Amino acid sequence: MNETVNVRVFRGDAESGGWRDYAVEVEEGQVVLDVIHRIQATQAPDLAVRWNCKAGKCGSCSAEINGQPRLMCMTRMNLFAPGEPITVAPMKTWPLVRDLVTDVSFNYETAKTIPAFKPRPPEADGFWRMQQEDIERGQEFRKCIECFLCQDVCHVIRDHPANKAAFAGPRFFVRLAELEMHPLDTEDRLELARRDAGVGYCNITKCCTEVCPENIHITDNAIIPLKERVADRYFDPVRWLGGKLFGRRRP
Amino acid sequence: MPEYERHDYDVIVIGAGGAGLRAAIEASARGCRTALVCKSLLGKAHTVMAEGGIAAALGNVWPQDNWEVHFRDTMRGGKMLNNWRMAQLHAQEAPERVRELEEWGALFDRTNDGRILQRDFGGHRYARLAHVGDRTGLELIRTLQQHAVHKGIDVFMECTVTRLLKDGDRVSGAVAYWRESGNLVVFAAKAVVLATGGVGKAFAVTSNSWEYTGDGHALAYEAGAELIDMECVQFHPTGMVWPPSVRGILVTEGVRGDGGTLRNSDGERFMFDYIPDFFRAETADTVAEADAWYEDKENNRRTPDLLPRDEVARAINAEVKAGRGSPHGGVFLDIAARRPAEYIRRRLPSMYHQFKQLADVDITAQSMEVGPTMHYIMGGVRVDADTAATTVPGLFAAGECAGGMHGANRLGGNSLSDLVVFGRRAGMGAAADAAAVDAPAVDDAQVEAVAAEMNAPFAREDGEGPYDIQRDLQETMHTLAGIIRTEAELLEARERIAALRERAARVRVHGHRQYNPGWHLALDLPALLTVSEATARAANLRRESRGGHTRDDYPDPDDGWGGRNVVVRRGADGAMDVSTAPLPEMPAELRRLFEE
Repeated sequence: MNETVNVRVFRGDAESGGWRDYAVEVEEGQVVLDVIHRIQATQAPDLAVRWNCKAGKCGSCSAEINGQPRLMCMTRMNLFAPGEPITVAPMKTWPLVRDLVTDVSFNYETAKTIPAFKPRPPEADGFWRMQQEDIERGQEFRKCIECFLCQDVCHVIRDHPANKAAFAGPRFFVRLAELEMHPLDTEDRLELARRDAGVGYCNITKCCTEVCPENIHITDNAIIPLKERVADRYFDPVRWLGGKLFGRRRP
Repeated sequence: MPEYERHDYDVIVIGAGGAGLRAAIEASARGCRTALVCKSLLGKAHTVMAEGGIAAALGNVWPQDNWEVHFRDTMRGGKMLNNWRMAQLHAQEAPERVRELEEWGALFDRTNDGRILQRDFGGHRYARLAHVGDRTGLELIRTLQQHAVHKGIDVFMECTVTRLLKDGDRVSGAVAYWRESGNLVVFAAKAVVLATGGVGKAFAVTSNSWEYTGDGHALAYEAGAELIDMECVQFHPTGMVWPPSVRGILVTEGVRGDGGTLRNSDGERFMFDYIPDFFRAETADTVAEADAWYEDKENNRRTPDLLPRDEVARAINAEVKAGRGSPHGGVFLDIAARRPAEYIRRRLPSMYHQFKQLADVDITAQSMEVGPTMHYIMGGVRVDADTAATTVPGLFAAGECAGGMHGANRLGGNSLSDLVVFGRRAGMGAAADAAAVDAPAVDDAQVEAVAAEMNAPFAREDGEGPYDIQRDLQETMHTLAGIIRTEAELLEARERIAALRERAARVRVHGHRQYNPGWHLALDLPALLTVSEATARAANLRRESRGGHTRDDYPDPDDGWGGRNVVVRRGADGAMDVSTAPLPEMPAELRRLFEE
């Protein structure tokens, strides 16, 4: 069953780099991350790759495989036709550290800007009551494994790095929507979503939804409702007039 | 003198899984300048892989449940080798820690009346595991991470600690390196919390991620701390067995908790043949009773499919050995026969996805093939139950790298609760300790020695790379110190580990220091070898079978051994010293819980 395939891997750092070809033996059932590990163990011990669980649960091994943002640990080698060229490249949107490893600190910095969950007071026994159907949307968003593939593919920052200062990206719209729809939360983050996170930049091309390994409906369930809530508050002419006449405080 | 950056803190926490995050949150809340130092990116630690749930006697599904029942289950599951005080604190405090997670934003699955739902798991008398489908670990780590981000904790990501620093008898900090640059970092700290997790990467088939190289165990050992129960290694009964590249990946016990049953190649529910006397009174002995239990838990006893993990793992091992295994060397686990597809997809979404994507198996229609996989080490750094203090001043440990809580076998769901109960206590202990001491001195000579050792693999002209050494160690531990052990094999394991140590001392690394995985592995090897040697030696000393330690040459439990921990420490001559110590004695008011 073992066969030898040719895999083209990006090698290099911020200064220089290029494709390197490796002939690798592949066993039945293997995934791209297995192949990268075999290259490490047999041909290139210093090939840099970030990974942890190898089970699709931690979101560390994000890369661009034949141009598609994917988790290396969940991409089976039998996805490729015999003889089909296979390329493995680092995520393009983030600064390159080395080989397949990128600097994803943008995401950790952005996470700090989102105000924490702030629950209403609990009931007498110290606990809260919530119905399952009221938390299911939030649970969908909390499936996010922070692989940052949605961020990588989003053209708002992929093609226009300058936008990073004004755009939090799909991962954080998911986070904002999650908090916004949390039955217990009392904090208002809509101004943040509009002004600092730049939800208006998204023009709903759904690329993020397509690459999400957790199949979160990022665009339909998170971004569009967030846009609607922002639009309701800030761009609804009736509300605007009401605000003018009755002096509703605009945050 | 090598150049390095230096940071001064009251408390540093090494490891950012559930225990490390919770410890850092606590130390910071108590006014300590706190750093969290972790090998990976934040939120990627092994906690993320926990599936089934967090055990806490909330009593939401079974009002009869309370901390005493949970305590009793935990001790019995651990074959009474547990530190009773840890098991007591754990059972008492777990409900409050679950409530706290909800306060910090966790969204657990709900009961019909809107409270936190709890599921059945092996060894727990009542449905006790708060959960989120089958991704409870992700929920726990993300909740703690999102809470910690706003608490003024400095996080050092992809920063690996290689050695603790000492100032006299006291721990005074740590030496680490940045993975990205390879540059040295020195932390001076009044107190250090170890929360580094386990040792799975010393074994060939494991559910553990790459980080699990025994770092905390080895750091503590090198600093003079004691390790206990290192022979007690948990093989989770249900790991994936096929295809080869996914061998060992966890299949949650929740599959059985939610209705899945084990069968051999003859289609038999073989677990009925493996009910030990210890659990006979509370376990169904006919298929009819076991099946009825799913619907009526008050009038039927539990299915033996949900015996504690050590029992189930040994049973599967025996079935495969007897030639009644599945085509790829496991047994069959089936939930499709009992539950509708929609239920399975809702309760076990990750399992559905994992089998579909990695093994082309649809678990809503087909059986899974499963077999034992190294999952957890009960043994670890010896700690004081209340403060998590180790036997070395200034050093604390919590979570998987600490020993005692789980005795000879951990119950499923007791790990996530362990992390938050004792993570918090370690943070409290470290904060109190840090408040009582002056800023420690950092000894440059110690730093220099560590730096020289770390750089040595680049300078060697010959010698082999680290990958083969790790693979040979994994094979050694798997075949000679694995699920079933004998004296002859354990002695051979020790010899082989000694030979691997010599190879590791000559390991050579190519390339440079910037994000070089070959070098990182080379630096992980000494810890892997230390924990492997500790396990092999302790396993050889304990001449009985108990929980996650099974001796083919001493197949029964022994009352004398049941009252003792095996203790590993570094001897005065630098060699590993293995001895025994009596268990702490349980007070009479708790002992009575076992007399019914």
